[in-house]
Amino acid sequence: MIDLDVQIERPQLSVQAQLTLPAHGVTAVIGRSGAGKSTLLHAVAGLLKPSRGRITLAGRTLFDADQRIDVPPHRRGFGVVFQEGRLFPHLSVRGNLLYGARLSGHTSGPDFDDVVQLLGIEALLARRPHTLSGGERQRVAIGRALLCRPRALLMDEPLASLDPARRHELLGYLAELPRHFQLPLLYVTHQIDEVLRLADQVVVMSEGRTVAAGPALSVLSDLSLQPLVGRFEAGSVLAGRVVEHLSDWQLTQVEVAGQRLTVPQLDAPNGASVRLRIRARDVALQREVLPTSAMNQLAGTVTRVLDRDGPYSAVELALDAQAAGATLWALVTRRSVHTLGLAPGQPVVASFKAVAVEGRAAAQFTSAEEA
Amino acid sequence: MSDIEREALLLSLQVASAAVLLALPAALALAWALARARFAGKALLEVIVNLPLVLPPVVIGYALLVTFGRQGPLGRWLHDSLGIQFVFTFRGAVLAAAVMALPLMVRAIRQALEAVDAGLEAAARTLGASRARVFASITLPLMAPGLLSGAVLGFAASLGEFGATITFVSNVPGQTQTLPLAIYSALQQPGGDTAAARLVLWSMLLALAALGLAQWCHRHVQRWLGQIA
Repeated sequence: MIDLDVQIERPQLSVQAQLTLPAHGVTAVIGRSGAGKSTLLHAVAGLLKPSRGRITLAGRTLFDADQRIDVPPHRRGFGVVFQEGRLFPHLSVRGNLLYGARLSGHTSGPDFDDVVQLLGIEALLARRPHTLSGGERQRVAIGRALLCRPRALLMDEPLASLDPARRHELLGYLAELPRHFQLPLLYVTHQIDEVLRLADQVVVMSEGRTVAAGPALSVLSDLSLQPLVGRFEAGSVLAGRVVEHLSDWQLTQVEVAGQRLTVPQLDAPNGASVRLRIRARDVALQREVLPTSAMNQLAGTVTRVLDRDGPYSAVELALDAQAAGATLWALVTRRSVHTLGLAPGQPVVASFKAVAVEGRAAAQFTSAEEA
Repeated sequence: MSDIEREALLLSLQVASAAVLLALPAALALAWALARARFAGKALLEVIVNLPLVLPPVVIGYALLVTFGRQGPLGRWLHDSLGIQFVFTFRGAVLAAAVMALPLMVRAIRQALEAVDAGLEAAARTLGASRARVFASITLPLMAPGLLSGAVLGFAASLGEFGATITFVSNVPGQTQTLPLAIYSALQQPGGDTAAARLVLWSMLLALAALGLAQWCHRHVQRWLGQIA
């Protein structure tokens, strides 16, 4: 849907990006601060002019340096949500929401009442932006972007200025939007829980370049990319399905790649798709299933062994050669690799404690990622 | 209130109001050019705009006379082809006051323009607004306090304008004799002290009323913008 290949020169940064975004779903752009994520988003929105290259949206050329095409931002058809909300202080909440709606040439699109209700901002309509809380402001900003009847949404760290409770609440609204309104969303962030919850595709940027792109699960689980992403601690993301809740024990059983895992209780019904995140350093490897207090033992095959800094090696296991979201990383010592004779093709058993599984992000994930 | 006093007071109000109305669009355009536009000769334009602040008012009045007087190039053309005359007329008094007030107004408006958050303008662009619409619906309302300050400053400067006016359009009762010029005339006459004192009193009342009105407007605009609770 969005196709771009651009070079953008900024005072501190030169961005060279090449991307193809799918026509639907959420694409998260991640990377360390200063990697060029926001710059890229501003160029897509038309607020920054690339020095060369081209950008197209659904076959329509928005920018082409060679043909001297540069569609101005107000004709590009993106709804943009910025980090600071940027509500117009002289307009009421209703005035802000309708600002773009009045100008939009499109007749179809999200309905005012629908958006207002979905974002829970009915009670705020008559108020002025300076009387709103940070979370309320961002909800209004999201509503305003939706109501300009965009062809796609762009969001630049929309939750970054909020406290954790507000972030969590807004994440719930954000997870609903793209599917509810059938709009593709390009989402810049550096928060792992936002990516886990929202993203279908992930693009990794580093030092101004797009270094990787692909389905969220495989990109997030690719340990070789993780030094570039920063902040995220090395780990794997597994796609699973809730099998049953062991209420007496406050545990939930999840099926991953045909095997069963026990994790701290998840707030999701039986049959719901969930994502589980396990840090690489919490995973131990052994040759066979052993009696241990670690509840989870998964059989897999070694696919890669990467030397890391210090005495460590990162070992990649395939739990199921076919499925996405079935790659598990273990951080072990080089000595263990040597002792166990770990090499690609070798069958092993990975074990980790239930408490090592990050339940929060997984528990909140409601979308279907059934690749 | 004597007839002379009433005449001078009304004329001052009329000249100052007309001067502000005349200068405001020009000041806005100049403020925009100086704050936002990039072009050759910007520094020169800035100097020219500020000349009335740094030159003696008499010099500005003389320059206006040379340009817009009956013998001046522009003045002759305006008189011959359009029948417009500046010297000795109300129109000329307004022009002199506007030119003198312009730099103060440009300064205030420019500051307000530079304080407008460009992020809000960018957000409005992404919501479908053209540059012109962003200016009318976002930039202009947000700089309203600055526009108001500029207008008040211009009004106050016009009320007090003396040197350029008397040089350019002379001291004609009912046409160009504003309060300061009337005070000057009164002081020139033997025994005119009382008349002058009364005019001074009217000047002070007028200035106080104008300032009070300006503050009241300013508070309202700021409240409307959410800048004060």
